This record gives sequence, C-alpha cells and structure tokens, in this order.
Amino acid sequence: MKLLTHNLLSSHVRGVGPRGFPLRLQASEVRVNPVEFNPDFVARMIPKVEWSALLEAAETLHLTEVPSAPAEGYERDEEFLRKMHHVLLEVDVLEGTLQCPESGRLFPISRGIPNMLLNDEETET
Amino acid sequence: MERSIFELWGHGKSREELYTSLKKYPMEKMVPYLQADSTYKIQIHTFNKTLTQEEKVHRIDALEFLPFEGKVNLKKPQHIFFILEDYGLDPNRIPESPHNIYFGRWIADGQRELIESYSVKKRHYIGNTSMDAGLSFIMANHGKVKENDIVFDPFVGTGGLLIASAHFGAYVCGTDIDYNTVHGLGKASRKNQKWRGPDENIRANLRQYGLEKYYLDVLVSDASTPSWRKGTYFDAIITDPPYGIRESTRRTGSQKEIAKGIEKCPESHVPVSLSYHLSEMFFDLLNFAAETLVLGGRLVYWLPVYTPEYTEEMVPWHPCLQLMSNCEQKLSTHTARRLITMEKVKTFENRDQYSHLLSDQILPYQGHNSFREKYFSGVTKRIMPRKKSPTRSEN
Repeated sequence: MKLLTHNLLSSHVRGVGPRGFPLRLQASEVRVNPVEFNPDFVARMIPKVEWSALLEAAETLHLTEVPSAPAEGYERDEEFLRKMHHVLLEVDVLEGTLQCPESGRLFPISRGIPNMLLNDEETET
Repeated sequence: MERSIFELWGHGKSREELYTSLKKYPMEKMVPYLQADSTYKIQIHTFNKTLTQEEKVHRIDALEFLPFEGKVNLKKPQHIFFILEDYGLDPNRIPESPHNIYFGRWIADGQRELIESYSVKKRHYIGNTSMDAGLSFIMANHGKVKENDIVFDPFVGTGGLLIASAHFGAYVCGTDIDYNTVHGLGKASRKNQKWRGPDENIRANLRQYGLEKYYLDVLVSDASTPSWRKGTYFDAIITDPPYGIRESTRRTGSQKEIAKGIEKCPESHVPVSLSYHLSEMFFDLLNFAAETLVLGGRLVYWLPVYTPEYTEEMVPWHPCLQLMSNCEQKLSTHTARRLITMEKVKTFENRDQYSHLLSDQILPYQGHNSFREKYFSGVTKRIMPRKKSPTRSEN
C-alpha cells in the first residue's frame, strides 16, 4: 500500500463519519520500490493530499526528507516534487495494519493489500 | 474501429478517372503538403491483389503531374500519400483492373494492433469474466482517460480494465470484495491449470505490459461501503459490475461471530454474502461516482438488461451525472448489456440528499433484481422441463 492511497482511505465503521480519517498506520514490513518519476503526475496530486495525515504516516515509517507543506510554486520545484514522488509512490507497506482512530477497529494489510471489509453491524447506514 | 484515416484527394473507377478527379481537387488544399521544404513519400496499397515492384513504381510515377515540390524521404517523411487500389473481395477472381482507385494523404492509423498485443489469451492473470481487450480500450476511450489521470475500478476482479487505462498513461487503482481474486489466489480460470501461480495478480498483469509504474494500489473492499474519505480525486471510474450470473453479486452482511480483522485466512474474507440487489448496486455506484469524481470526470460501466423488458427509463440516473452514451451489446437472444457513459456535471452536496433516489428508481428496476433468473430461464426452458430455480438463495 502506497502512502498516496493511505491518504485517501477512511474508516467506514458505523457512526464514525469523518472522524474515521486518517487511519493510523502500523507497518511490520515496508519495501521501497523505485518508480519512474513523473513530475506532472506528482504536481497534480499535491492539491489532493491531506498534509497532516501524510506527515503522520511518514513519521510512523521513519521517513526523512518529507516536505512539511507544499512549497510556493511547487509545480516547477523539481527537488520538492522528487521528494513527494518518493513519499507518495515509492514507499510500499507490505505487512501491517490500519486502525480506525475512533473505534479502534483494525484493518490488516497483507502482501501490500489492505482489507477494508466490515461486518453489517460496523457499516454506516 | 477504423484501420486508417486518409484525406481523400481523388477517386475513380479507372486510372483516367482518378487523374481527372485529382486535377479537380482544389490547389489550395494540396499546397500545404507539397511545399519545397517538406519531405514526403508515396505508397501504394492494393486490396486483394499483389503488384510487382515495377508495377507499383509505374503507378506512382504516373502521378508526376501533381505539383510535388518537396523532397522524397522514404524513412521518415513529413507527409505520406497513398494510392489505394480496390480489386474486390473474391481472392479467386481477381480482376485485371481495379474496381476503384483512391489517392489521399494519410492522417492516422486506428489502433487495432492494441487489441492483439493486449489480448486476454496472452495475459498472465485472467478470471472467468475478464473483459475482452478491445472492449476495455473502448471503455477507456469513453472515459476520456488521459495521461496523469487517476482511474478507479470498484469491481476490479483481475484488473483487465485497469490495463487499458494504464496504457493511456493513467495511474490506476481498484477494489474488489473477493480477497482471493485481489490477491491472485485460489482456483485458476485458465483451462488445464489448477491453482494460480505466484505470478498471477493484478500488479503482474500491468508488469507484463510494462505498465507497472501506473499501478497505485488494489484493496479488498465492499463497493457498497467504500473506504474513501470525502473528496473528489478520481478522473474516471471504469468498471464492469457483477451481473450475478458467473460471478455472484455479494455484499458483506451481519453474522454472529465478529470477524477477526488481523487473522490471515486462505479463504475469502467475506463474512457472509447477502443478496445484493442489482438496482441497489447501481444506485451505490452512481452515488459513489457523483461524490468522488472530479467535475467533468466520467463513469463508464456495463448495465445488464433483459431485452424484452428494457426501456430507456431503466438506465440509472443521478442529478450530478449526465448520460453521455448508452450502447448495446447482445449477450443472448433475450439478454444484453449496455455500455453506459456518464459525466459529472454538478458538485455533490451531501450523501443524505440523494437517499430518495433509490426508491424512485427501484420500481422500474425490478427486472434487474432477477436478472440472473431471467438469464437462466431461457436456457432451462429449452433444455429441460420447468425446474425450481437454483437462484432462490440469491433473491
């Protein structure tokens, strides 16, 4: 699971609503995958990122060199975009859990794939 | 899908007619492509006949009267012109002279070679319902997928639809309720193969085509209870939802024991399968698309229909989505599926606002809930006397 994806995920346990975001990340196995740098794509993603959630996840994974906010004129700032590219797309959580911050419900990540399935009691109506 | 597109400059049923026709073609339309500082080449293509090199050269030379000022470049010309000669369709009766001759400027080739290179036959990971390669490209086209888009498939299965979008330079992600399919586990769909190998998963499919860099993520998730935060981040949602025939329509339901979330299990993780009425599923899909698509983003999906009862009113609608197209593909004498394309034209307000839509739409939709029964009723009527339907548990 990449951090870009983590940034978009939220818990949908019943009654939790927007407090289900962000999911607390815990990782027991992480892999760094080189991915071809595409500055245009990264620049497009920047406005969609919830920054504090990203920083929280990056810290859990002990990532360094994570920009704390979008730089002014970031679209043309290659160094900034390269760092963001690395954080969002190249760090892959293979094994771990995502935890609903409100209910504590755990969602497992195995082989890089999160399992977000809930029971009927837990889902929102 | 076309093979090639040409700008027609002249046409005739004989060479003389062609030349007359060419001489009538407006000079101002020709001149931009015949400039002295440009390069060109003339090719000849014959349908249903083979010409010798000498014959080909002879025909090209005969066009000397055209005001070509540029230089001939056979390797990388700026402009390519074609003489097309049509010798009919019967390979056993090839005429001496062509039925038709055309001359024109080549513009583009249709991308039929995509279909062959992405054929499902060669793909590493397939499932029972993997989409035909050609259709998946058509869907990506309908979705106006372009470079740097994010495309999502909520019923991703083996990821076939993602491949087409990745080919166009979009970054792709998907979810599916079936743990085994997403992980690439379980029984294989390929004949003569028992269990899926370690190489068989969605990521491997993209890798096979050199498109792995476009793989974002796949998740095990129930499309009726999506796990995405509030916001608009998908440029297109391209999907083939289950019809309830080959792949069953499921949704997580309540059960007595609480699922142990962190337990690893080789079987599917779905606690209990509820019957998931098709109409609810389309309502959920449209609502989800309306909420998570960017403005101008597109939803492309297949809608199964029972042809004798189908009317346009049955096509699901949503105030935020505009219907762009609705194309039929026949599946059997009494069933078909329709490729629906919708575009988001209005901002999504909040989820409660649209809850009445389901009840508004469910009545004309009843046919869809028993689509599976109707699909099989035609078959069983022909093969055996009236039997109790095997699908009771689904309904």
